[in-house]
Amino acid sequence: MARVVVDVMLKPEILDPQGQAVANALPRLGVTGVTSVRIGRRIELEFTEPPEPETVRQLADRLLANPVIEDYTVSFVSDEEPAGEPA
Amino acid sequence: MRIGVVTFPGSLDDVDAARAVRLAGGEAVSLWHADDQLYGVDAIILPGGFSYGDYLRCGAIARFAPVMESVMAAAAAGAPVLGICNGFQVLCEAHLLPGALTRNQHLHFRARDQRLQVETNRTAWTMGYTPGQEIVIPLKSGEGRYVADTATLDELERSGRVVARYVDDNPNGSMRDIAAICNEAGNVVGMMPHPEHAVDPLTGPSTDGLTVFTSVLKHLAGVAA
Repeated sequence: MARVVVDVMLKPEILDPQGQAVANALPRLGVTGVTSVRIGRRIELEFTEPPEPETVRQLADRLLANPVIEDYTVSFVSDEEPAGEPA
Repeated sequence: MRIGVVTFPGSLDDVDAARAVRLAGGEAVSLWHADDQLYGVDAIILPGGFSYGDYLRCGAIARFAPVMESVMAAAAAGAPVLGICNGFQVLCEAHLLPGALTRNQHLHFRARDQRLQVETNRTAWTMGYTPGQEIVIPLKSGEGRYVADTATLDELERSGRVVARYVDDNPNGSMRDIAAICNEAGNVVGMMPHPEHAVDPLTGPSTDGLTVFTSVLKHLAGVAA
């Protein structure tokens, strides 16, 4: 088993109205001083065998992210350090 | 003339699109997302709706539906292709059109009769309009904000590929008020509002949308002649 994590974020210059809506709601929790909220997507994939980096890049570039509006990063996670461990 | 209308899982407006084709005088042919051929249709419509539940991004999964390989080959060969609303999103995801459609700036879904200005009649789907003509057709979308980088927007403007713009009040924050664009050849058009809902005075705010469908029939007749 091999786990790969793809993090997708809107490019900095693309407006994130969802993040803005969340930013506007934060003061309701009594928290001030947050200047920016950007919301992205974390995608975890499990492979039977460790995949070629180029294969994962293709998946990310063609389907998981839309490079016109989004940036992505790919991380290869070993079995010993499970991805998505709750804090 | 045979106009194919693709149904993806989650398409909503395929029936209205087919009816618009018939009202315009064409023959509507139902295409299924899993089809591996186009059954000899002369043009293709990707209708509105929420294909594959809009999961991941609107149109992102539909773009890889089996039928899309044939649609992309037909588009490259010059066949008229129209994407309406979700269909426009699919065309952008498939890179048949530049840019992307993102969440409305104000986060609200917008459903209303929308005034547009048709900017060009040099496309297969708008040749029956007069440049500058104002029309009113329904708009209903939550992710209709057209975005592209400045170079792409400038190129679209320079080459006359902005097909229609929102007039009066931009409903979603779309860059440069863009409601519809086309590819370089003018055979592929993506449009956020819904011309297929404005083809009959009984059910639409106007019949202004019908010209989209009569345009493509006229275009095809010209190609055949």
